[in-house]
Amino acid sequence: MEPNNHSENFAQKWVFSKDHKVIGLQYMFTSFSFLLFGFSLVLLMRWQLAYPGNPIPWIGSFLPKSIAVGGIMHPAAYNSLGAMHGTIMIFLGIVPLGVGAFGNYFLPLQIGARDMAFPTLNMFSYWVYFLGGLLMFFSFFLPGGAAQSGWTSYVPLSIISPGQTVWLIAMTFLITSSLLGSINFIVTTVNLRAPGLTWSRLPLFVWAQFITALLLLFAFPVLQAGAVLQLLDRIAGTSFYIPTGLIVGGAPLDRSGGGSALLWQHLFWFLAHPEVYVLLLPAMGIVSEILANGTRKPIFGYKEIAGSFCFIGILSFMVWAHHMFVSGMKTSLSYLFMTTTMIISVPSVAILTCFLLSLKGASIRFTLPMLFALTFLPMFGIGGLTGLPLGFTPTDVYLHDTYYVIGHFHYVVVTGSMIALMGGIYYWFPKMFGRKMNEFWGKVHFWGTILTMNGIFFPMFIQGLSGVQRRLYDPTVQSHNLAVQPTNVFMSYCALGLLIFQIPFIVNFFRSIFKGEKTEENPWHATTLEWACPSPPLPHKNFESAPTVYRGPYEYSVPGHSTDYIPQNVP
Amino acid sequence: MNPSGHYGWGLPAAASSYAHRIDGSLNLLHGVMLLIFFLWGIYLVWCLIRYRRKEGVAAVYSHDTPFSSYIPDVVMLLFEVWLIFMIGIPIWAHIREDLPKPGKSIQVRLVAEQFSWLFHYPGPDGKFGKANSALMHSNNPLGLDENDPDSKDDILSVNELYLPLGQPVLLEMSSKDVVHSFFVPEFRTKQDIVPGMKIPMWFEPTATGKFEIGCAQLCGTGHYRMRGDVIVQSPQEFEEWIQKQTKKGS
Repeated sequence: MEPNNHSENFAQKWVFSKDHKVIGLQYMFTSFSFLLFGFSLVLLMRWQLAYPGNPIPWIGSFLPKSIAVGGIMHPAAYNSLGAMHGTIMIFLGIVPLGVGAFGNYFLPLQIGARDMAFPTLNMFSYWVYFLGGLLMFFSFFLPGGAAQSGWTSYVPLSIISPGQTVWLIAMTFLITSSLLGSINFIVTTVNLRAPGLTWSRLPLFVWAQFITALLLLFAFPVLQAGAVLQLLDRIAGTSFYIPTGLIVGGAPLDRSGGGSALLWQHLFWFLAHPEVYVLLLPAMGIVSEILANGTRKPIFGYKEIAGSFCFIGILSFMVWAHHMFVSGMKTSLSYLFMTTTMIISVPSVAILTCFLLSLKGASIRFTLPMLFALTFLPMFGIGGLTGLPLGFTPTDVYLHDTYYVIGHFHYVVVTGSMIALMGGIYYWFPKMFGRKMNEFWGKVHFWGTILTMNGIFFPMFIQGLSGVQRRLYDPTVQSHNLAVQPTNVFMSYCALGLLIFQIPFIVNFFRSIFKGEKTEENPWHATTLEWACPSPPLPHKNFESAPTVYRGPYEYSVPGHSTDYIPQNVP
Repeated sequence: MNPSGHYGWGLPAAASSYAHRIDGSLNLLHGVMLLIFFLWGIYLVWCLIRYRRKEGVAAVYSHDTPFSSYIPDVVMLLFEVWLIFMIGIPIWAHIREDLPKPGKSIQVRLVAEQFSWLFHYPGPDGKFGKANSALMHSNNPLGLDENDPDSKDDILSVNELYLPLGQPVLLEMSSKDVVHSFFVPEFRTKQDIVPGMKIPMWFEPTATGKFEIGCAQLCGTGHYRMRGDVIVQSPQEFEEWIQKQTKKGS
């Protein structure tokens, strides 16, 4: 690529840019919007759960008739909101933020590259993602509304429900985008590392992104194929997933049949379990970076953590059917998947242990990013531990499809991944914009967020143990849900609180871009390569001169050295 | 409204032969989880206080990973292997594979549809009549073949599963339309019902009374109201119920 000396117009610079940093920011702003949108969907659901059948105050009168009539949400709309909340948060929110935004922006910087290996492909994958996102969003306004069969889209319900066609088409866009992105990440990491940056000197964030890209590359094509088959079942009259002799609503379904409903579940979870690690690994990478920086010492067990990332990556392809213990799958298969599922918890325990041991002998700075990274440890701990009774068949038979499951994965993905990603924003903000975010409002955001998040998700375990099933439009119809119904009211107010506590973050973020306190190149006194270039890094070029790497990623507090950190590029 | 007193905060009352084994596992796992969480938590808090930044004290520079740091991983692995082979597989095999013999159990066919549970009893002759999906209509939701003599005394009960105390029940489950899931919290039992498959499941109630059935798998707009009841009676009462239903049918 020749140096970019010609001047770019606005569209070339900010819209159809091939610069990985601009694309990273585009991913970041788009995923922010979707996170906020996906979260507001759940606020509507939470009103219905707290006060079933009551009109939604104020906002209810502005909702389209397809969602609520007279302010009262109807069951199909509830199912739509649930399906779209899951889809949007996972595929349009967390993954694009963790991989698309942070991966795009910081992977090339951390390996000392001038850009991704394929800048045009990079731009293309953003726009494919953007189109898929728009399609998902506008499906609410199309006839039939948005998909309403859960983010899992179990057949045959998904095949006979309205809204699913658009969901499937939008998913193929999102999958295509992820595939293109993952190839780019892999090629970039393998080929564009700075001289001296061996695999054992890679920052853990790069390791995490690299493994994540491999997961996306190997898992997504399976769902892609599965989604195309489901699309054919919907629009071309095929029966890949439709068994013989279905009677729907009293009338026989006009299909030849002969398909298998379980096949979809296998294809879906073959993607969707690795997907959990796609949500988690970038977050763990970020936590590693922040922890090493905030403790001022080399991270404990660098090789153990990197090895655990790889081990998780391989094993995550062998655990998918633990979502199907009660699906009617053969019993002997569940022995196998129970065993692999239990084993995959070992590398997670290893990573958490390394993080904890990193604190020993440290000199801990309680900076804003550090608060988030430290909170990740116990919160992800709860998420991981509550996975145990779900991976263990005798207890899963009771807890499966109850709120316990919802609590478990929200602890992993929200108080785990999302908290780490927020920490990443505070940590890398000075690099992206050359300014710092306000510390006081950051702390307000931090405390408000973790308290309200726990207020929403912890009661889910209580509900699950009481046997409250997930995806119920009105839980009070069933008497076993009544005793714990007050928790729903509490959770809903916590959810509203969580929204309110994002306001300081949003204001702080945008205000700081323009008015934040200006910072130097390396305000955290960090060691990795992204801090060796100007803030923000030079367009299309990043570094003033190509860096060379002389040491490992976390050389903090080396005895006998004048500063307590030695950047990787210092000879 | 909680007449049975089975439900409250925490696990509902246990009312099947294997419910206490599942509760045992739940208690064991949650005990272990709490223990690990508090050990981690105490260590974390101690580190945060002990190793907070102090003027003039530098962090310890070290790349060592002493062998002892692998102890938590190894302990976890050993515990899980023990858990799977000593507890998990035996209980799961009992729940899934120890299906009761036809002579010593009540046999009921469950046909799930949007949004109700159809329980099909063989009646006094002990034989299920032939059913054919082509014959299904609103007056004959099971599609029973009326020309089959075995079908004459068959009983259909909608959303109410009547069972006698003291016998295991073998449910043969199928679905007309989409995936449903049969869930009775007090029995600690749950099984998806997948269209195109005939899935057996068994349990043995250990108390008389009324137990709620919920659908645990999203099955459409009426998913939330797809409920039913298991009514467990003494063997005499159950026999009377069978007689009454048979008369009503003929």
